[in-house]
Amino acid sequence: MNYFPDEVLEHVFDFVTSSRDRNALSQVCKSWYRIESSSRQKVFIGNCYAISPERVIERFPALKSIALKGKPHFADFNLVPHEWGGFVYPWIEAFARNRVGLEELRLKRMVVSDDSLELLSRSFANFKSLVLVSCEGFTTDGLAAIAANCRCLRELDLQENEVEDHRGHWLSCFHDSHTSLVSLNFACLKGDINLGVLERLVARSPNLRSLRLNRAVPFDTLQKILMQSPNLVDLGVGSYVHDPDSETYDKLVTAIEKCKSVRSLSGFLDVAPHCLPAFHSICPNLTSLNLSYAPGIQGGELTKLIRHCRKLQRLWILDCIGDKGLEVVASTCKDLQELRVFPSDPYIGHAAVTEEGLVAISSGCPKLHSILYFCQQMTNAALITVAKNCPNFIRFRLCILDPTKPDAVTQQPLDEGFGAIVHSCRGLRRLSLTGLLTDQVFLYIGMYAEQLEMLSIAFAGDSDKGMQYVLNGCKRLRKLEIRDSPFGNGALLMDVGKYEAMRSLWMSSCEVTLGGCKTLAKKMPRLNVEIMNENEQTDFIFDDAQKVDKMYLYRTLAGQRKDAPDFVWTL
Amino acid sequence: MQLVLGGGGGVKTSSMSTVSGEGNTAMSSEDSSSPDEAELELGLGLSLGGFKAQQTAVKTKYARILTAKDLPSGVSTSSSCTSSSSSTLSRANATAGTKRSADSVSAPNGASSQVVGWPPIRAYRMNSMVNQAKSVATEEYNSVIGKNKNNTAVLDKTNNGSNMNSNNFKVRTSFFVKVNMDGIAIGRKVDLNASGCYEALAQTLEDMFLRPIPTINAMRSSAPEHNLMVDATRCPKLLDGSSEFVLTYEDKEGDWMLVGDVPWGMFLSSVKRLRIMRRSEATGLAPRLQERNGRQRSKLI
Repeated sequence: MNYFPDEVLEHVFDFVTSSRDRNALSQVCKSWYRIESSSRQKVFIGNCYAISPERVIERFPALKSIALKGKPHFADFNLVPHEWGGFVYPWIEAFARNRVGLEELRLKRMVVSDDSLELLSRSFANFKSLVLVSCEGFTTDGLAAIAANCRCLRELDLQENEVEDHRGHWLSCFHDSHTSLVSLNFACLKGDINLGVLERLVARSPNLRSLRLNRAVPFDTLQKILMQSPNLVDLGVGSYVHDPDSETYDKLVTAIEKCKSVRSLSGFLDVAPHCLPAFHSICPNLTSLNLSYAPGIQGGELTKLIRHCRKLQRLWILDCIGDKGLEVVASTCKDLQELRVFPSDPYIGHAAVTEEGLVAISSGCPKLHSILYFCQQMTNAALITVAKNCPNFIRFRLCILDPTKPDAVTQQPLDEGFGAIVHSCRGLRRLSLTGLLTDQVFLYIGMYAEQLEMLSIAFAGDSDKGMQYVLNGCKRLRKLEIRDSPFGNGALLMDVGKYEAMRSLWMSSCEVTLGGCKTLAKKMPRLNVEIMNENEQTDFIFDDAQKVDKMYLYRTLAGQRKDAPDFVWTL
Repeated sequence: MQLVLGGGGGVKTSSMSTVSGEGNTAMSSEDSSSPDEAELELGLGLSLGGFKAQQTAVKTKYARILTAKDLPSGVSTSSSCTSSSSSTLSRANATAGTKRSADSVSAPNGASSQVVGWPPIRAYRMNSMVNQAKSVATEEYNSVIGKNKNNTAVLDKTNNGSNMNSNNFKVRTSFFVKVNMDGIAIGRKVDLNASGCYEALAQTLEDMFLRPIPTINAMRSSAPEHNLMVDATRCPKLLDGSSEFVLTYEDKEGDWMLVGDVPWGMFLSSVKRLRIMRRSEATGLAPRLQERNGRQRSKLI
């Protein structure tokens, strides 16, 4: 291989696209490192504080596309204080200053200010794609800047962001000459939209393949849009409320019948279930269906819809489908690969599905590899059956609404059930556990979960041994997040070197003390060990025996971060 | 139009919604502030085995009439309009997701603590659910009723615009109104926010007034209103026109109106109290009911 000129190697490397594979390439030898780094266009940074933007730019001068993640996963559940960090501005500023030819930016759990969006829109002439997932800090003014200045923009995808809505003028900022849109998702915006502007934008976007509307877009507009875009592949319906006996409804039915390319359907943020049959004609083509924001679709209407979806591979729904509804899914959707069942009313602490639904799905859908399941109860027997039926799980996330609930039949811990899952599913990469769980389940995880990369633990375990089993056994572990479990310094300090092989560790409301964290920080200078203390206890600093409320540690080449707020203390 | 939630739950008394035999727990989340034994609220007993023994008081007081404070607090009523999956609930322990710990955050209405960050659902999704619970009922109702009314969809946009407390756990407030039924001396109170839609409200009221609960027979000796309940019409469908009764409400202007004409949200903002009226008294309303009967519909008003 040493005899090939660089250009040839580069050409070969072009076929290698995944970040992991390219990382592997770069470690073969120095020349491969050099060639790979100089040609890599797409970079993924799992923790924006693990490395500085300058260093990334230096190593990858051909950078065009970058994905960044900011806050730790538990920030999704309000466990991370609001001002913790994860700002994208320094990255955009560095890219702009160094004249990076940025074309794509994908952010998750980051704080994105309007200034960042403004700077982004002005700094990169070829900017094509902006995807923001679970971000915050911006308003529709920032979106206006993107619309106005990114003349080549093809993709604007906003997923589940908290956006301050200054009403609908941002859409008008797309120039009349802007005809390159391929994907537009603004479902998470709460405010009104200028419907005429939207219709005209769609009309001049012949390449539009993905469109997800927000609640402010009514039935009439949907009908007009679909008439103009029969080539849509991905549709997110906003408001879907109308009189099924009207002319508009009939027109919609006609429009939908023409949309033969739709493979993914979502939304129905407001819905009149009686109007759903209009979509039955495209259901047989659907591979992805997300009704998890449509509590208005229930019971008979829901199952009727699903019975038409024989090719479904991905399904996100609410638990009001019930165990019986899941049986319908199991008998209809034989190609199902990913299922997420969300609770429709989390406040009540009550879910409408049980272990029966899960078992039904597992026996009907052998291709299932990813599941997120919020349920009322679980049993070991059910988990053992599921493990036997579906040995191909890659992601298995189970959430019993009562987090320490035992086996609903035997009242035993759920150790054996989860043990069966990890034993059977050799390719398991992600696991979340709930229920009454002792150290035993962690013994199983350490023994069998060889491919496990991410583990989420809540209210589980008896002693340090639990965590130790995991750290000892799971060689591929990258992210470990633990809350409200009795793991302390003994576990934390057992193998400090391991944390450099991991992306991050989160522990909150556990037994680790300040002293333990200090010890760890001292031994491992290339880790940032952050302690979060919101309680204004000034004595806190001096008492090593004090238990730490929230600790987040991560490996980093960038040293201590300079943007940490007062309540975050890096040891 | 902002939804007026009954003054933010200021109308709290410790009364209860009933529990249907299937264990579909529709319970008030309101606790009266002081445990006053002498207070004889119209409470209904549930199958007690369904609840954890968090309240030891329950065990000693089985013989008396239970009130809301005897049952696990922090269980707010479901806004989901489904009762189809309630079979799973009867098997399940009807425990709220309330777990212990120093991290507990007290809900503003005084209900017992809920754990921060549990269940692990993205905050964005949680916020949407709260906002949607209000508007979804509107649309569901519109779809069934409003066919011949050429009302364009009434979207409660203000709900969508109000970004409720985006980063914190938000517990829903209650909105109790009085309900009286013709022929029954003692009224009840029902939490409209717990119902979330007309269908659920109708179901709740049917359970309250038209369906005798077995456990009550075991636990209460005699009460005039109870006998009356048993004697009352057995018809389970209160509000679809097939029952002898109609459901009406008094609005802000003091007029008595038939329940079900306006979107749920609008109804919430104008209703003051409810009355289950004998059909014979509801003159002038009959033609509409007949019209409705001609359409296929499940048990809705």
